[in-house]
Amino acid sequence: MSVVRPVTFDAAPFLSFMPMSLIFADSGVILSIGSTLAKLRPAEELIGKDVTEVFSVRDNGRGQGNCPVPLDTKLYLKFRTGVTTRLKGMAASIPGTGVNILNLSFGISIVDAVADYRLTAGDFAHTDLAIEMLYLVEAKSAVMEETKQLNARLQGAKVAAEEQAFTDTLTGLKNRRAMDHVLKRMLRTRVPFALMHLDLDYFKSVNDTLGHAAGDTVLQEVARILLDETRSDDLVARVGGDEFILIYNRFTDHTRLLQTAKRIISRLEGPVPYLDTFCKISGSIGITTTDYYRAPTAHGMIHDADLALYSSKYEGRAQATLFDPAVHHDTHIEAAPQATSQDKR
Amino acid sequence: MHGMINRAIQCFMRDTYGADTWEKVAEQADLGFDNFEAMLSYPDQITLDVLGRAARQLHKPVETFLEDLGTYLVSHPNVEAIRRLLRFGGENFTEFLFSLNELEGRAQLALPDLEVPTLKVEYAEDGRFRLSCSSSMPGFGYAMVGVMRAMADDYGALVFLEHQGWMDSGEEIITINLLEAAYTEGRSFELSERIGGEL
Repeated sequence: MSVVRPVTFDAAPFLSFMPMSLIFADSGVILSIGSTLAKLRPAEELIGKDVTEVFSVRDNGRGQGNCPVPLDTKLYLKFRTGVTTRLKGMAASIPGTGVNILNLSFGISIVDAVADYRLTAGDFAHTDLAIEMLYLVEAKSAVMEETKQLNARLQGAKVAAEEQAFTDTLTGLKNRRAMDHVLKRMLRTRVPFALMHLDLDYFKSVNDTLGHAAGDTVLQEVARILLDETRSDDLVARVGGDEFILIYNRFTDHTRLLQTAKRIISRLEGPVPYLDTFCKISGSIGITTTDYYRAPTAHGMIHDADLALYSSKYEGRAQATLFDPAVHHDTHIEAAPQATSQDKR
Repeated sequence: MHGMINRAIQCFMRDTYGADTWEKVAEQADLGFDNFEAMLSYPDQITLDVLGRAARQLHKPVETFLEDLGTYLVSHPNVEAIRRLLRFGGENFTEFLFSLNELEGRAQLALPDLEVPTLKVEYAEDGRFRLSCSSSMPGFGYAMVGVMRAMADDYGALVFLEHQGWMDSGEEIITINLLEAAYTEGRSFELSERIGGEL
């Protein structure tokens, strides 16, 4: 078998097949490089240097041979200086020549590499799938961006629609649906709270004598007062024409609740200017709290607050009454002079 | 956390324990919606809440829940694509383990916003490997134990896996003891769904 000296080895066909490859001697010294690799680092920076001086080389611990670069196994490489660019590669010896070839590929760093080194289609081997890959990545990114924007628009529209579905448009307060929802959640999480049922008094006469526009003005003023008398984690809902339910989160002190209710009533009684006159209304309130029940339910609490409200109406309106199981469950209150709050809707 | 991860947790519960279980967990975690959207992003706390509630609902530690989730991801027919891609990573279990080194980059190429854990697999000695896993989601290593256990079955390899707990840096360490590479025949595998991998 004749020994062929390295100098007589013609690397050109290899390098044109594999423009990202380099030829190195058994000692590890780089002898020649492919045209694309030369775009990553100038030939004069590479030729004559050791492969391991230019790159950090790692394998999975299974390389063959005594060469400084493990042969016949998958390699992970990075440039030691400048832009690191992760590369994949494999090295093999070319029998009888005393030289080896190291072929490299970008792997997942291809997108960055194209930008970093201004690579074009001509820089990849004709058999390389890199260009197809870049097309896919570009197309995917464009579609993804569109999807993302569409998602954001739909999400925004959904939030707005939900907000609208839970809001009373005239007053901006929550509506009955929102109240049901919040009540259900609070009962599930077992937080203590108070439920206040407010029914406006003399509102119908405002509507009848001054018209609906006056009524609307009054309702908006009522909403403002109720929001003012509640905290951000409480709930104020308009559940009927002139009916409101207030839920006080973690607030069950009976004395203070009655004080709050009385203050609300006195503020409701303040005259509301409308055109050249004033609208005067009042309100009746019934209150219950979760501490009356072993297992509170939405239906039961609303019912009991209703009974208490009913007492307030019976006592001559403009009153606040706390639910009292002894009174409201054991005695039957006769029909009040005026229809009940529920009948009025 | 990316919607894709939240969605995976939801699908795992739905496919394994039924829609009722998922609905209960969603309600207890107070999500305010019924389904995660894969292409939306959610605050991390939501994911942690869901995991906590799910584990409690199923009466198992969160670690076990995550491990089962990992197994689901590579063994349930509804998510067959994940198994196919992972199988494509290597022709035997050892190659598969090393391919995990590239999982983060590959996943980010597809979904740049997806927070994939940084996985690092090294050969230790005597058929033992060491996987370190750094993730924004604590406990992701347990999911990886489930993934590797199911993939070992898939390849027909006999392995012993052990979660070594957390390092101070937050990394999770798992040791993989490959006792026998071809213990059983394993499952058949075709990358292309069109060619028809078994289902």
